[in-house]
Amino acid sequence: MKALQSVIRTPFMWVEGWLDWAFGPRWNPMYYLGGLGFFYFWIVAVSGLYVYVFFDTGLTEAYESVESLTHSQWYLGGVMRSLHRYASDALVVMMVLHIIREFAFDHYRGPRSFSWITGVPMTWLVIAAGVTGYWLVWDELGQYVAVRSSEWLDWLPIFGEPIARNFMHEGSLDDRFFTLLIFLHIAVPLILLLVMWIHLQRVSYAKWKPARGLALGTLAMLLVLSFVQPAVSHGPANLDRVPLLLDLDWYYLFAYPLVDEWGAGTVWMIAFVGTFALMLMPWLPPRRRRPAAVIDLDNCNGCTRCANDCPFSAITMVPRTDHQPFEQQAKVDPDLCVSCGICVGACPTAMPFRVSSDLVPGIDLPELTARQLRDKIHTLAEKLEGHSRVLIIGCKHGIQSRKLVGDNRVAIDLPCAGMLPPPYIDYVLSKDLADGVAVVGCRAGECQYRLGQEWSEDRFERRRDPNLRKRVPRERLARIWRAPVEWRRALADIEVFQQNLTRLADQSETAGVKLTKRKEPQS
Amino acid sequence: MKRAFRIIAQGVVYCAFAVLVGYFSAAPAYRLLDDGEAQIKLSFAYGGKPVGGCRDRSAAELEALAPNMRKAQVCSRERVPLAIEFELDDKMIYKNVLPPSGIHGDGPSRMYEKFVIGAGEHKVGLRLRTTVRDQGWDYITRRIVRVDAGDNLAIDFDPVAGGFVISGAKGGG
Repeated sequence: MKALQSVIRTPFMWVEGWLDWAFGPRWNPMYYLGGLGFFYFWIVAVSGLYVYVFFDTGLTEAYESVESLTHSQWYLGGVMRSLHRYASDALVVMMVLHIIREFAFDHYRGPRSFSWITGVPMTWLVIAAGVTGYWLVWDELGQYVAVRSSEWLDWLPIFGEPIARNFMHEGSLDDRFFTLLIFLHIAVPLILLLVMWIHLQRVSYAKWKPARGLALGTLAMLLVLSFVQPAVSHGPANLDRVPLLLDLDWYYLFAYPLVDEWGAGTVWMIAFVGTFALMLMPWLPPRRRRPAAVIDLDNCNGCTRCANDCPFSAITMVPRTDHQPFEQQAKVDPDLCVSCGICVGACPTAMPFRVSSDLVPGIDLPELTARQLRDKIHTLAEKLEGHSRVLIIGCKHGIQSRKLVGDNRVAIDLPCAGMLPPPYIDYVLSKDLADGVAVVGCRAGECQYRLGQEWSEDRFERRRDPNLRKRVPRERLARIWRAPVEWRRALADIEVFQQNLTRLADQSETAGVKLTKRKEPQS
Repeated sequence: MKRAFRIIAQGVVYCAFAVLVGYFSAAPAYRLLDDGEAQIKLSFAYGGKPVGGCRDRSAAELEALAPNMRKAQVCSRERVPLAIEFELDDKMIYKNVLPPSGIHGDGPSRMYEKFVIGAGEHKVGLRLRTTVRDQGWDYITRRIVRVDAGDNLAIDFDPVAGGFVISGAKGGG
């Protein structure tokens, strides 16, 4: 499974790197696949409402009303119809890419399995919503979809009389059929909306909408497409005829030719097995859970930073249970904790300078405690010497640190770069354990734990507590956010950083000499 | 200059996405029937006659029943499976025995089949057995029908209308 993920992840990383350059990380569409899907859903909803106003439910009226809207009102109704179709198609593209990406980046296990599992029925709902839409037009394509859908459904032993008998010949269908369909075509998206809401329940700071620029760009793209290639109907449905050649919407109707080719039973089996396999994936194979973050009440002052920064809502603030003079204390839900350590990075008591008491922060990661981190830094720093000593703080999910260590460079890997409390950088530099610190983590949209890179940047830029103290010389801190496939570029970044550190050392020495010279006459 | 390149790159991405969405939204075309082909749909839902008749209950049987259940006669609920044969141009293309539906076998027998045929004139022969017997047929229909390419010939069964009902045919004898 890991090998398969790696094979799929690599092209994603290259493409995302290129899109980072073209759009910038804030607008990179690959970082908003779910959000873009949701955005398209709303375009479909709004355009659908407009089309619905002009839609007539009736055997001949349905087709005629859609035709009238498409041609006599091409500048608005036609565009709305086209937007309705193309945004629906784009939604499927986003949904499929979203599923593949979440799989490739291993974003579907543990607490994330909830989002994964609730996402699976959404695929069915999206397809069902689209398919019922094609029926409504009641053109040759709608006829094909109606007949084949009912034949496909009839294979299931749950219906009495075959539904497909409703489409035997002209005259076997009445207007009520469209009333039922319009109900389905509205009800299914409403259920989809509810499931989408549930889908996001266990994700903090979910990117449920794309950046404004990206949203406008993609909307403009759909509008241009709607004008250049308006969505049109086939000829009117006629059940006494079989449509010979159809321009299928392959995003929604891909299964229908398979039903024709392999039979309804085989396609049902593929669909059921596929759905079941998708549902089971978070446990295929089961993975050992790492110990969850733990609270030390003696050091927790209920500041809420860990709860605010947790990407998976695993930490909640609850009323104090001890006698400390604070209102709240943090509480970790081990079932939701992914052991990323971002909470430790947020804890103001993760202070390596502490000497009067043992280094035990209010929240800590048993796998790598704040104290163990400080001790490891000391051990590693002993190996460094000269003027360009660099301590690399890496991420276990990012570039392998063994590729970066070397000439006067040592590295320590954290579960996530976001686990690093900013005071540790201050500590390393002020204690002269290294000449520079390089924090090497995943790219903005590729953080294994979603928010590690973003929170780190915010802390270094003093936009988020706990922030990096002003006294820390920024030129001695390198922030390198790169994908594992870009390790050579990261290595080059670090080498440049080391050259700068050497230059700084030379400048300091020169300044020191001048200072000494200036001091000499006074003495 | 670099910014201009980036904007161009964004445009390329949007265009590529538009082409991807726009193309597969209505292409490639899918062909259901080849030129010169038509289709026959044969389908019906009909309950055959009951398998067994009715018999009188004995006094002991009636005594064993609750007072409100003491009906003098007991009748078989199970219906006979329908035997059907469909010939096209004197060639048997479908032959089946359709069991009744329902847990007790008292529901209608159902079928839905499609056949692709060539356009032109065809001799259609249909036979259906709906009663308990080994030989012979209760309903027989023979017709010559003409279909054009792309036609859908629907064959249903309606005993009130006299048996098999063929619709969608262009004519014939």
